[in-house]
Amino acid sequence: MSNGVASLSSHLASSEVAPAVSVQNLRKSFGSLEVLKGVSLSAREGDVISILGASGSGKSTMLRCINMLEVPDSGEIRIGGETIGLKQTRKGMEPADQRQVDRIRSRVAMVFQSFNLWSHMTILENVIEAPVHVQKRPKAECIAEAEELLAKVGIVDKRNQYPSHLSGGQQQRAAIARALAMHPKVMLFDEPTSALDPELVGEVLRVMRSLAEEGRTMLVVTHEMGFARDVSNRVVFLHKGVVEEEGAPAEVFGAPKSERFKQFISSHR
Amino acid sequence: MDFAFMRDSFLTLIGGVPLTLNLAFMAVGLGAVLAMLLALMRMSGLKVLDWPAQAYVFVFRGTPLLVQIFLIYYGLGQFRPTLQEWGLWTFFREPYWCAVFALTLNTAAYASEIIRGGLQSVPHNQVEAARACGMSGFLLFRRIVFPIAVRQALPAYGSEIILMVKATSLASIITMMEVTGLAAKLISQSFRAVEVFVVAGLIYLVLNFIITRIIMAIEWWLSPHLRRPPAVEPRLEAAHV
Repeated sequence: MSNGVASLSSHLASSEVAPAVSVQNLRKSFGSLEVLKGVSLSAREGDVISILGASGSGKSTMLRCINMLEVPDSGEIRIGGETIGLKQTRKGMEPADQRQVDRIRSRVAMVFQSFNLWSHMTILENVIEAPVHVQKRPKAECIAEAEELLAKVGIVDKRNQYPSHLSGGQQQRAAIARALAMHPKVMLFDEPTSALDPELVGEVLRVMRSLAEEGRTMLVVTHEMGFARDVSNRVVFLHKGVVEEEGAPAEVFGAPKSERFKQFISSHR
Repeated sequence: MDFAFMRDSFLTLIGGVPLTLNLAFMAVGLGAVLAMLLALMRMSGLKVLDWPAQAYVFVFRGTPLLVQIFLIYYGLGQFRPTLQEWGLWTFFREPYWCAVFALTLNTAAYASEIIRGGLQSVPHNQVEAARACGMSGFLLFRRIVFPIAVRQALPAYGSEIILMVKATSLASIITMMEVTGLAAKLISQSFRAVEVFVVAGLIYLVLNFIITRIIMAIEWWLSPHLRRPPAVEPRLEAAHV
């Protein structure tokens, strides 16, 4: 399985188009617990990859490594062909150059399970914060664009309200607008619907589906089998820190090779 | 109670209000800068910075302000030649600067703990969201961490400001003629302690009332996210139908 990924990514590296995201042989431990045991993954531009797995399988950790919210112990991460520099310190691995990390993070947007909107700012202020202060774009332009984005996710009427005034689904859509405002090359979703009431999941999934249809590159850690099956073009199943099954949704759901993935699907039906 | 005398006392004591407020605001302003520095030292995770800050807070919170004022005003006089050599004597010669210095050092110790509490209460997930947007270092501090911390720390900091207004009364002991200094002088002339101190107490009460209201107004202004959202209009129409 991992051989297939390695040959695919080396093939891509040798051709002109570098993959949007490439993760090679990622390892990460928390104390004595090894969470990632050599995970490799590669996403071309426009790929929508669903990352599935039981809790503790390492899927969130892998996603968080891609924008350095967790620093891997070893392995290589490349974003649009640029390798993130790491250095060994006494406390463990650390990014070699914080400015490079900041630059890459402003191109790799993240949507969190618990929204993580800034509580002291209005929805509009949340959306324009990074474009204005990190990307240094003109404020008027950012406001106009933010209002378009908020209209797109259906909460433009909430723009002057604060996150605490919104429902979970509205907050998550605001967080997606905040991510989009940075014109990201890649979007990472870390269980975006897991903290929502069941009746609010649909509104967020609809927004994510429309983003996928626009051809955005998305890596989605999720428990939503419907999304994985219908929206993503590739499914990766992690188990105990290794990629256990990988392929097109029709393939892996239709004829799962791994016994554990079979169990996983049947338990999530 | 002699109300005519109390009115006269009031007119005398009110003359001390500018100095009382001057001492309080100088100390609170300078103390806030020092407090921020101490809080950052404590949170730096470096023992060489953390320990001195801890020792500082321990000493200045653990000893009476009056003792600190005496030590600075009278105690430093013993080191006059050294201070003259360093060019600091013009500063420590003045009771005003000694009072400001002592009050500043004292409030900084308390305020640093208040600020540290505020900084530590900033939700980790909001900091993480900022990092994920490419913020780090001072930008992250200025735009996200500090504004959230201030909102958390403000109620406690308001109490500290009120304590400082009252603490300025101790400066009267080193000849400062603020409200309490004037009151003490008036009593030594008139021997009518009750009237004079009642008036002095009322003046502090009014000052602190105003300060409390100002702090409440700032809190209100900074926390729209904690209030109910603005009412939605269609509801009214529905009621009419």
